[in-house]
Amino acid sequence: MDVLTPTTLDEALRMKAERPDAVPIQGGTDVMVELNFDRARPAVLLNLNELAELRGWSRENGSIRLGAGLTYTEAMEAPLAEKLPALAEASRTVGGPQIRNRGTVGGNLGTASPAGDALPPLLIGDAVVELASIRGERTVPLNEFLTGPKRNALADDELILGARVRAAHGAQTFMKVGPRNAMVISVVSLALTVDRERDEVRAAFGSAGPVARLVSARLADLDGFPERVAAAASPIDDVRGSAAYRSHALSVLTARAVERCLQ
Amino acid sequence: MRVELTVNGERREADAWAGESLLYVLRERLGLPGSKNACEQGECGSCSVLLDGRLVCACLVLAAQADGHELVTVEGLGEEAGLHPVQEAFAETGAVQCGFCTPGFVVATADLLARNPRPSDDEIREALSGNLCRCTGYAKIFDAVRLAAGS
Repeated sequence: MDVLTPTTLDEALRMKAERPDAVPIQGGTDVMVELNFDRARPAVLLNLNELAELRGWSRENGSIRLGAGLTYTEAMEAPLAEKLPALAEASRTVGGPQIRNRGTVGGNLGTASPAGDALPPLLIGDAVVELASIRGERTVPLNEFLTGPKRNALADDELILGARVRAAHGAQTFMKVGPRNAMVISVVSLALTVDRERDEVRAAFGSAGPVARLVSARLADLDGFPERVAAAASPIDDVRGSAAYRSHALSVLTARAVERCLQ
Repeated sequence: MRVELTVNGERREADAWAGESLLYVLRERLGLPGSKNACEQGECGSCSVLLDGRLVCACLVLAAQADGHELVTVEGLGEEAGLHPVQEAFAETGAVQCGFCTPGFVVATADLLARNPRPSDDEIREALSGNLCRCTGYAKIFDAVRLAAGS
């Protein structure tokens, strides 16, 4: 086993092209658990911590660009939290302070868990994922990037650079069901925004299907919207909750989120 | 592989296996067993340390990621002359039962008070939400944090 630690993005992309089997590690909150419990023994780890290109966020033509290395702690801080309130709320529910200081948006995209807390807030912001390899850069809409539970559209030689998201145009919220407030993998989660500019309500759920998914409706067409969101889900029974509970919770959360955002 | 880092103000070096955690390097290679090894998945906070001034679980940091960086462990909080005020407060209030989680709570509390010297109870709860006390001795831990905040 080897660790490669590039100090520039170009170097990182060359390394990934030469060693497509290299597993990228940023905050380590997913990868280290696999290593510590002997569940994975990758031949090479690609340590992305030293890449300044992946840090922080910026404004770009009215949208927000999040670097793949943006931590949950950073996503909770003003002024970013005011531009993407649902992402900030979701970030507050991730793990505890230690996890939020290390875990990143890029890591959430890479792991592509159905329970990834950052994914529903990014979906309601029409997020586009930026990918790069030595062949060049490309962008993939988040709903196409997520291809299955813990599966995504990343090619073997590519790295995630970040995501571009639409800043909030109206109220947003995030809700998550779990046995306690902190340190919880969601039983079901929901991000919702009332976007008056587009005359649209957009909701995205997590932990209620193989991938996080977006459902939208016109503002005049909100009757039965909670039931439609629940119907769009395809939850399973597992250790954290039953499918029936998840469907029910999803319609309750949607109704509450709509109410909260219309106030 | 060789890892070089600053631990509690001192330059240290260790040979580590590539997949090794920072926690393993601290405990088994650098003789610093204050950070405790329990869940190894970031759930319990007993290995809390400050990496470049940020509170993290040492079990979730790849040792190689700490190369060239600065670390403070529970051993580095106090001084020869005396304990850190947070350690004093935990001793004073008896905020220790089996003691296993204490180093993690002490480091997390020191981090909280450095950023927010007068935290509310909700802020304490939030700041310590990543640390578990299996003895459930939370009431005295809260007393300790309040005492340290007042001192």
